[in-house]
Parts: sequence; structure tokens; C-alpha cells
Amino acid sequence: MWPREAVFAETHNEQPSNGLWQTLAEEIDLSGYWETRLALRLRSDPEQKPFSLAETRLQLEGERDFDAFTIEVTADIVFDAVSDERALGLDGDGDYVDLRRASVSFSPLDFVDIKVGRQILTWGTGDLIFINDLFAKDWRSFLLGRSVEYLKAPTDAVKASFFSTAANLDIVYVPEFGADRYIDGSRVSFFDPATAGLRGRSNPLTTDEPSGWFTHDEVSARFYRTLGPFEVAAYYYDGYWKSPAGLRPDLERAFFPRLHVYGASLRGPMFGGISSAEFGFYDSQSGASRTPLIQGNEIRALVGYERDLGQELTLGLQYSFEHKQDSDFDIAEDARFEAPQKNRHLLTLRLTKQFWQQRFEASVFNFYAPKDKDGHLRLKAAYKFSDAIKLEAGLNIFYGSQATFFGQFKRASNLTTALRFNF
Amino acid sequence: MRVFSVGLISLLLPQTAMAQAPATLSAMEIVEKANHAIFYQGGDQKARVDMLITDKQGRERTRQLTLLRRNFGASDTDQKYYVYFNKPSDVKKLVFMAWKNTGADDDRWLYLPALDLVKRIAASDERTSFVGSDFFYQDVSGREINEDVHRLVGEDDDFYIIESTPKNPKDVEFSSYKNWVDKTTFLPKKAEYLNDKGIVYRAYKALKIEIIDGFATVIDAQMENRNTGSTTRLHYFDINYDIGLPEDIYSERYLRKLPKAFLK
Repeated sequence: MWPREAVFAETHNEQPSNGLWQTLAEEIDLSGYWETRLALRLRSDPEQKPFSLAETRLQLEGERDFDAFTIEVTADIVFDAVSDERALGLDGDGDYVDLRRASVSFSPLDFVDIKVGRQILTWGTGDLIFINDLFAKDWRSFLLGRSVEYLKAPTDAVKASFFSTAANLDIVYVPEFGADRYIDGSRVSFFDPATAGLRGRSNPLTTDEPSGWFTHDEVSARFYRTLGPFEVAAYYYDGYWKSPAGLRPDLERAFFPRLHVYGASLRGPMFGGISSAEFGFYDSQSGASRTPLIQGNEIRALVGYERDLGQELTLGLQYSFEHKQDSDFDIAEDARFEAPQKNRHLLTLRLTKQFWQQRFEASVFNFYAPKDKDGHLRLKAAYKFSDAIKLEAGLNIFYGSQATFFGQFKRASNLTTALRFNF
Repeated sequence: MRVFSVGLISLLLPQTAMAQAPATLSAMEIVEKANHAIFYQGGDQKARVDMLITDKQGRERTRQLTLLRRNFGASDTDQKYYVYFNKPSDVKKLVFMAWKNTGADDDRWLYLPALDLVKRIAASDERTSFVGSDFFYQDVSGREINEDVHRLVGEDDDFYIIESTPKNPKDVEFSSYKNWVDKTTFLPKKAEYLNDKGIVYRAYKALKIEIIDGFATVIDAQMENRNTGSTTRLHYFDINYDIGLPEDIYSERYLRKLPKAFLK
């Protein structure tokens, strides 16, 4: 079909394969990478080790199409020198394997797609801010300095998608609640208002996680369509706060109170770029308004704007707002608790620039909360030596006073470097 | 058997109809025909593209992608593109989708499989690199023909030579460009972009043309950037026209679930 010129001969070589490995690789469309990553803390934390990351991981990804269905598997085999645990689980962070994906997908009717199994799920319009996306996040990876794709933790779920010309519907059913990989002190210390100090590895947070198939489940739904160039969506969630948002009366064990979220979003071209808006009403466990032990109802909203400034430079701006609804108790009467901020404002800035025919990419992302003057700055530079080899360096800085949202992680600020071989 | 009959007619055309092509085509008519020949032939098209980017120091990078293009609206106006990345592995399974809207900005999406993220991307400067190559977005999806003033500046037995100057010079990096348009196929065989000093800094060559499904099609092309010393070679294969691409593959559903029947 094509002229077999020397320059292209290699990439077009589709002759019968000549080895077991190659046959296997082709049968399952094998690819992946091997990455070694180090992250050094920029400030010492007596509760933590000097490196926040020292790991090497091999990611293997395979996919096989059968007549009626497709199987996808992505698994990371991890050796992590910082973690104290070594387990044979499948969930990363101390386990030798981080199983990212293991799913079967099929279309029983031409307007229905089903995916069953472990999968990565994302929706919503925010850039590193999530309102209606209540799928599990891996906040530890995000703070420790792993690549941003690890911010999404896998979910064991059934996703059913229904399509029509009028609108589309996604329903995700998670038979057993899956929490975020939240900050519990084991790898990243956090501020504990009860002791007004940092809590880390020696005394990590203990939680009661809702468990039990079909009894402690989650349902997420998204109803969406396009209106000309605009994308509109409505969302629903019925489950639990994904990170601990309640304390048992002993003030020791944290838990995941019930949560419903109702929201909507809009995204499309406006003002010479892409504009987006999203809001969600967080309806916490009933009775939350009568106790300071459980996070109460909230309204969360964001507006975002992204545009290309030319010369392969992209700008992204976001403003987000969280409003806590009034509670029926007077927190000032109880000295054990600090009154939560009623309104929280957050600004983000992203700048990304590509250089040298996209061999080199530099980016800045900054979260900034003006009221508390705290924030999180992420700087990243990545250079591709070739299609296969990429070297990356990053700086994750948390700033602000210790009792603030980002400031509590000041001692987790790190300098990270990674070398990745793609195959 | 529509494909067959179109093919048959086209095979006959060069000897008959084309030979009698009027000698007095205006510059705009030539540009319209050339625009059609490069970007709009057939109702839809599937092609695999091998890209080889060689920089000044001889370092090579490759990409392999599968392109699904379908025409919409009035002839030679709107189109939708679905671009699936087969190789290399750091971009494998990434999907780029663009709705080309005549007279307005494109709508563009990128699907990042590792995050299951459908990212809406801002319509960028059309004259920036397409996936790190020496081709620009505009070279791949077409520059609107009324953005330039076209003049027929030369002609021989084989080619029309068209010089195009931008109506808004501030929007582009060139001061003019020339196309050598083949008189039989109306495919440009060669193009040169000139800077404000009148020096050619960017040059395109169609290295091989084949008749596929009745349409004269460039299957081997090269873009050279003389400022950077980098060259990109594009090699098209597995090309098919009028395969009946459904309209709905250009939607969020098929970013997440690949339209595999058309990608093979």
C-alpha cells in the first residue's frame, strides 16, 4: 500500500512477529513506562522522612478487543522506599501493585455503553478543582509530588452511559464506598486543631470507613448535552464525603458522613477562550447543622477561563467560592473547636509554555486563598530527550500560616525529579 | 457501487475533461479548486499518518496517528476531524477532536485517557506547530481562502503559480506565500512561505501523489523550516474515501470509547 522507503520501513514493519514477547505485546497492545521519581522535602518535618518520594514504578498497560467486549488493564508495579508498609495489595501506597484499571466494556444496545470494573473516572469543568466530580482522588500523590495523572485514584464501579440526540446520561454505581487517598498524617503531616499542632506518622488519623457491598454504596449521575458550541450538564451524587469530614464523639476517630450533591456546569467558547462555570450544593448528613463534629452544608462554585496567548503559551484562571451554611449551634461556646471560615475564596493561575518544537514544557500552577493568604505553587519543567525518554523536575511549595488549608502542608513542600522511559 | 463509479470517472477525467480545462481560470478559481483538492475530497476520509520530525541536529521523533475527517454543511466549508494517536507511547490513545467552523473559531477537544479527562481547548493560534511538527494546525485543517488575496503570477504547461498575501498581516508570520498548483489534479506540488525580507523560510513539497478511490491524493509530503533547520515528513497510508463515517463519532462518547471499526 505504501512505498517501503528506508526512512519509514521500521515504523511500517507489520511482518509476522518473531518472538513470544513480541506476539504477546501485539496481542494485548502492550505499552507503558518505567519511571523513577525522587522528591526531597525542602523543610524538615520531625514527623516525616526527608524524602517525600523515592520510588520506581513500572506501568504496564494492555488492551484486548473481543467480538462483543474490550478488556483493559493498567497496573503499576511499585517499589517505594519511603513507605513503611510493604503489602501485596492492589492499591498503591505501600502495596507492591497499584492497579489503575481492570475493566470490561461493551455496548449491549447501540445507544448504551457499559464499563464494569476498576476505572479512572472524571467529569466537571474545574482545573484541579472538583465540585461535582466526587470520584476518588489521590491527594497524597498530589501533595507528595507524583505526576498529576495520579491525582485520580481508581474507582471500582459500573458505569452505564446512555446516548440520545436530545441528551446523554451517565450513571456510575460504586457498590462499596471508595474514599479518597486522603491526608492522614502517614506520609504528609496535617494541622490538628485539637492540639494546635502538626499530626504525622507517629499518630496518623484513624477513620471508620463505611464498608459493605450494596449497603454503603455510591451513585453519581451526569445528564449532559451540547447547545451549539456550549456543553451543559447537571449532576447528582448520593454517597459520603470522600475525605473524612466528621469526628466521632471521642474526638479521635474520623469518619465519612453521608453526602448528597446537586450541581450543574456550563462550558464553551467565550471572550476568545474557553470559559466555564460550575456549582454544587453539598447536602451533608442530616443533623450536621446541630453539631460541630460534622462538616455542614456548603455551596461551592467556580468560574474559569482559559486562552491561548500565542507562541504556544496558554493561560488559565479560576475563581472558586465555598460558602458554609449557618449552623444551629454556637461554636464560640465550645473551646475545643475553632469556628470554620464561613466563606472561602480561592484563585488559581495556570501558565503553560512549550519550547523547542514541544520538546520542552514549562508550567506554573498556583492556588491562592486571599483571605488567609495561603496557597500552593506548582512549578514543572519537562524535557523530552526522545519519544521514549523524558526528564522532569518540579517544585511543590505550600505557603501560609500553619493553621490554614495550604499552610498546614508547608513542611511537605518538595523538590521532585523523575526520569521516565516510555515503551 | 458509488465509490467504484466515482473512481472510474476520475480515471477517465485526466485524458478527457481535464485536457479541455479552460485556459482562463481566475486566481480565485484555482485557489478554490486547490483548497478542495487538498482538504475536501470525498464526503469523508480515513488515513493513517506517519510523521517523522528531524531537527537540525539530526535527532528524530515520530508520531503515528489516524485521521478521520468528514465534511459538513455546504461544500468546502465545515468539517470535523477525529485524530487518534497510535504512537509513540507517551501520547498513545490520546484523541484530538476539532470541529472546523468556516468563518469562526474551531471547537477543539482533547481526551487524556490517563485522567479520563475530556478537555476543551482554546482555539489556538492556527500558525503554531501541530503536535510538535513543522506543520501548523492550518496546514493540516486548511487556511480559509478569503484570509488572503490571491494572484496568478505565473503559469507553464504543468503548474499555475499563485501568490497569496494576507489581508491581516499582523495575524501571521509570513508576508506572502506561493503555491505551485498542478494543472491536472489541482494539488499544490510545492509551496514557499516568504518573510518580510522576501526570503523563503518555510517550504512544502508534495513528494508523491497517488489516485486513491478515484481521488488524486498526496501520500508523501515534507515541510521544511529553514529558520530552525527542522524538517517534517508525512507519510499517509491506509487511505480510504467515503467510508460512511457516522456523524456521532465526533462527540464526547467516542472520545472515551474509540470508534474502533474506523480506526483499524
